[in-house]
Amino acid sequence: MTDFAWMHAALVSARPQAVSALLRYFRNLETAEEAYQEASLRALKTWPEKGPPRDPAAWLIFVGRNIAIDGVRRARRQQPLPPEDEISDQEDAEAVAVGKLDDADYRDDILRLLFICCHPDLPATQQIALALRIVSGLTVKEIARAFLVGESAMEQRITRAKARVAQADVPFEAPGAVERAERLGVVAAMIYLIFNEGYSASAGEAPLRAPLCEEAIRLARLLLRVFPSEPEIMGLTALLLLQHARAEARFDKDGQVILLDDQDRSLWNGKMIAEGLALIDKALRHRRPGPYQVQAAIAALHARAARPEDTDWAEIDLLYARLEQMQPSPVVTLNRAVAVSKVRGAEAALELIAPLEDKLSGYFYFYGVRGALLMQLGRNDEGRVAFDRAIALAKTTAEAAHIRMHLDRLAKTGAPTAAS
Amino acid sequence: MLYAILCYDSEDVVCSWSKEKDAAVMASLGGVLEKVAQQGRLGPVARLMPTTAATTIRKGAEAMVIDGPFAETKEQLLGFYVIDCANLDEAVATAKDLAAASGSAGSFELRPLAVFNPVPPTL
Repeated sequence: MTDFAWMHAALVSARPQAVSALLRYFRNLETAEEAYQEASLRALKTWPEKGPPRDPAAWLIFVGRNIAIDGVRRARRQQPLPPEDEISDQEDAEAVAVGKLDDADYRDDILRLLFICCHPDLPATQQIALALRIVSGLTVKEIARAFLVGESAMEQRITRAKARVAQADVPFEAPGAVERAERLGVVAAMIYLIFNEGYSASAGEAPLRAPLCEEAIRLARLLLRVFPSEPEIMGLTALLLLQHARAEARFDKDGQVILLDDQDRSLWNGKMIAEGLALIDKALRHRRPGPYQVQAAIAALHARAARPEDTDWAEIDLLYARLEQMQPSPVVTLNRAVAVSKVRGAEAALELIAPLEDKLSGYFYFYGVRGALLMQLGRNDEGRVAFDRAIALAKTTAEAAHIRMHLDRLAKTGAPTAAS
Repeated sequence: MLYAILCYDSEDVVCSWSKEKDAAVMASLGGVLEKVAQQGRLGPVARLMPTTAATTIRKGAEAMVIDGPFAETKEQLLGFYVIDCANLDEAVATAKDLAAASGSAGSFELRPLAVFNPVPPTL
């Protein structure tokens, strides 16, 4: 079976392994990418005739390496390329190459490829764009669409990022345990950023940006496949799956945000939730907790609740407290306040967030939560002040609309709901 | 005789299918299964989560728990069908129908069942 769709899927899924191995051979990103491109073109020609290779990635690495080496030689000697068969029809040699693809090399290759995209001099958006181009193989057009910018602007951005990476020292020696762990952390954060780029989209943008969420999940799974015993990578993958499972339920037909409590839970993706829960289960057995696992555990408690009122808020409160210790941040405390309000009441939650105002005075969500808590206590005038402040701080119309919905609901029922 | 039809494919490829493509493949396979069911030959059917969700227990004096699948292979066990077949020819024919319907690469391994405990009605 070598229909076009299958070949396309095989090429896409083999890409990270192929490009990262070619990068190890040539120690040059551009050469590696070109070699992969050439090999892919060759594959589109050869595979339909001869049937797909047993191991597409190994085929692409082998053929790509030969093409690139020939390219270098040809440039040197101005000689014509050898005939097609000599390059891409060496079945025995392919088997040898497959044998040499050591698993340990493979996982460090993949990690290196992702890691060089995370160059600290690159702004986050450029890191993400670079990873999507190089590792995922999305076209510039696709990436530009997802970032809602023009194609030429994105082309420039990626070219600049590549140039920056090319100047940097790429760490080719196999990393030690500490360094490997550091790289994993950096790469995991970048994957989470890709996901958030898609997840934070408004309803209008969501169809364009949702592929970013799917791509992030694919990269997280890829990382987990090469590092199967890393609980934080399990946690990250679980977190992304559990959050993305709610995608269908997050906006109403007018594009308004639907709060967690009000979402139609039958629209949640049960398959993704089941996989997320399985992964978080696996992770917790390691007893090496980390921020992604804790956030995934929180998402899991929401996912497990058949109805909003079944949510185990006490446990969520504890998990947020844990997250505060691991990763102190006013935003985490603010999220915890929502759980605290459910367990110990709005008064306790207000007390918890009172010291945060200095740090979060420019954050619309802070005033949104405070407004909701004040309203719960019947302090409506103060609540309205907080909501007005939130609307003034909203960066997008969707954020503003979100707060106005609080106000509208309040006007109708007098009973606001807390955060989404 | 009961046969297990074990489905092997690259999970990289299968996981990169779009939702629409996945649904289309499942619907197409469902068509074949419906026919098999009408003939009263269809047993349990299972689709497995990706191997990233797998845990392996290595038996020994002290059983070892390992994250990941039993073996790193190019193609992974993604699911199985249990189907009643008069003989191997019929099993091969059914597997070929499924292969044509799946429209993807990979393999089906036909394994006759030695023991079969039907699912208790409560499960």
